[in-house]
Amino acid sequence: MTARTLAQLSAGLAARQYSAAELTSEALARVRSSQPQLNALITVTAESAKAEAAVADERLAAGKAGPLTGIPMIHKDIFCTAGVLTTCGSKMLSNFVSPYDATVVARLKQAGMVMVGKANMDEFAMGSSNETSYFGPVKNPWDPTRVPGGSSGGSAAAVAARLAGLATATDTGGSIRQPAALCGVTGFKPTYGRVSRYGMIAFASSLDQAGVITVTAEDAALTLQAMAGFDPRDSTSVDVPVPDYRATLDAPLAGMKIGILKEFFGEGLSAEVEKPVREALAQLVKLGAVVKEVSLPSLPLSVPTYYVVAPAECSSNLARFDGVRFGHRCENPKDLRDLYDRSRAEGFGAEVKRRIMTGAYVLSAGYYDAYYIKAQKVRAVITDEFRRAFQEVDLLLAPTSPTVAFGIGDKTADPITMYLNDIYTIGANLAGLPALSMPCGFAGGLPVGVQLIGPHFGEAKLLNAAHRYQQATDWHLKAPAGFAEAFA
Amino acid sequence: MSLTSKQIETIAGLARLALKPDEIPVYAESLSRILGMVGQLEKADTGGVEPMAHPLSGQVQRLREDVVASGNERDLYQRNAPQVEAGLYLVPKVIE
Repeated sequence: MTARTLAQLSAGLAARQYSAAELTSEALARVRSSQPQLNALITVTAESAKAEAAVADERLAAGKAGPLTGIPMIHKDIFCTAGVLTTCGSKMLSNFVSPYDATVVARLKQAGMVMVGKANMDEFAMGSSNETSYFGPVKNPWDPTRVPGGSSGGSAAAVAARLAGLATATDTGGSIRQPAALCGVTGFKPTYGRVSRYGMIAFASSLDQAGVITVTAEDAALTLQAMAGFDPRDSTSVDVPVPDYRATLDAPLAGMKIGILKEFFGEGLSAEVEKPVREALAQLVKLGAVVKEVSLPSLPLSVPTYYVVAPAECSSNLARFDGVRFGHRCENPKDLRDLYDRSRAEGFGAEVKRRIMTGAYVLSAGYYDAYYIKAQKVRAVITDEFRRAFQEVDLLLAPTSPTVAFGIGDKTADPITMYLNDIYTIGANLAGLPALSMPCGFAGGLPVGVQLIGPHFGEAKLLNAAHRYQQATDWHLKAPAGFAEAFA
Repeated sequence: MSLTSKQIETIAGLARLALKPDEIPVYAESLSRILGMVGQLEKADTGGVEPMAHPLSGQVQRLREDVVASGNERDLYQRNAPQVEAGLYLVPKVIE
């Protein structure tokens, strides 16, 4: 049993080389032995995983299996899972057992995947290093003194350490792509509205998008296929047919126009990251792509725009945590106001409180036009610049993160230094565009990621380019020492 | 952009967050810096630009039919409640 990608595991299960029960017990063993080193999971669901694996084995035996049936996976703890603790990385929800499944969870369950646990994350997905989690930071499997990135740091570390071949993730400002880059795995954020937000605990509803972290782009295609599609329970879900993503993975790249984002190759980008990113571009050219330099002059305003829009939506979404219906409640409240104020102060961590207050301020009387409306206008300008760029090119290429994984504690003192980690990823969220990060080399022994951004509903083209790149290179197959013996 | 301790107390009140006295200057400093960074937006030329309401142009908020879509799951939902009695959520007395 030496398979490592989901596609290979799928073939191995179909050929009866191993059972879902065997794969699941091995995944659980890997999860357990990694926990003291990585802290990648908040909850391990051994009992339900064994039961799900037994059902999957019956489906396999009856010839009723799909391509994902019987394969172990991990959900980011932002997705509601019926009967299972769902914390969102927060003390506020440290006792919350979800009464229902998120649509993403229900669809992967229906496909027969086996959930072995819930991944650690920055609290309410607010962070770029996993250090804001109430359950302690996740360690980067490439170097445990460094962060895995965030907010989906547990998901990225889990796939990098080959605990499972799929971890779900969410991306509001880079939370799939940045940790994928820092952990040396493939991270895919679809178009806004492509995957349902139902049951995905809300941070900034106009930016939040569910996606996947996998070893290969082919696996991202396989899993996105099962997750994507219209959901009447998400009012911003888009009713556009889902194409067969695997069917176009091997299409030749000859003539594909790739734009390099001029604004992202200047000051602030470390030379050790720039080198492998430019080599990835050269590899894509070798595969037939044509390069064009593209300028989006308003793109440098992405970070300030985001830090108005996201906190504003966060302050509104997190108003639901009031200590009355679910979540943390303070001891001995003297009146209703005291119940609200202290339950929230005790239940939320420092960064979440900072964002709620930033949001409350920019939405308050007298500041709403100057901050919130202004940011929504700049957001429209940035989106329009992307739209024009995609009239000239098929995909855009940029670094994913300005640096490799930094040390735990290095950037916690200054929130703005931390916010600037997402300088290359936020644009795609503001414009609702699909984007991915894939491994393209190393700097000082740490992984570097390259980012591809596509036009709305350009998922198939992004996966095609990434798959062709991964067929020609093997950066994505490198696993950290000690975790290199792949699962299964 | 510099926020005073008094402004932070007002914002914390709006946000329903009971801050400890020693947290106030810390948030005054970091929120001031965030608003300073956000201040870059002022220089952007947005004349004639409509504020963006949805990331995908042409999308409108969908409404569903006003019909009962699910059964009564009160007992299930109240399992997560800190305090309930006879199907009601309990809070401190509001009217004296």
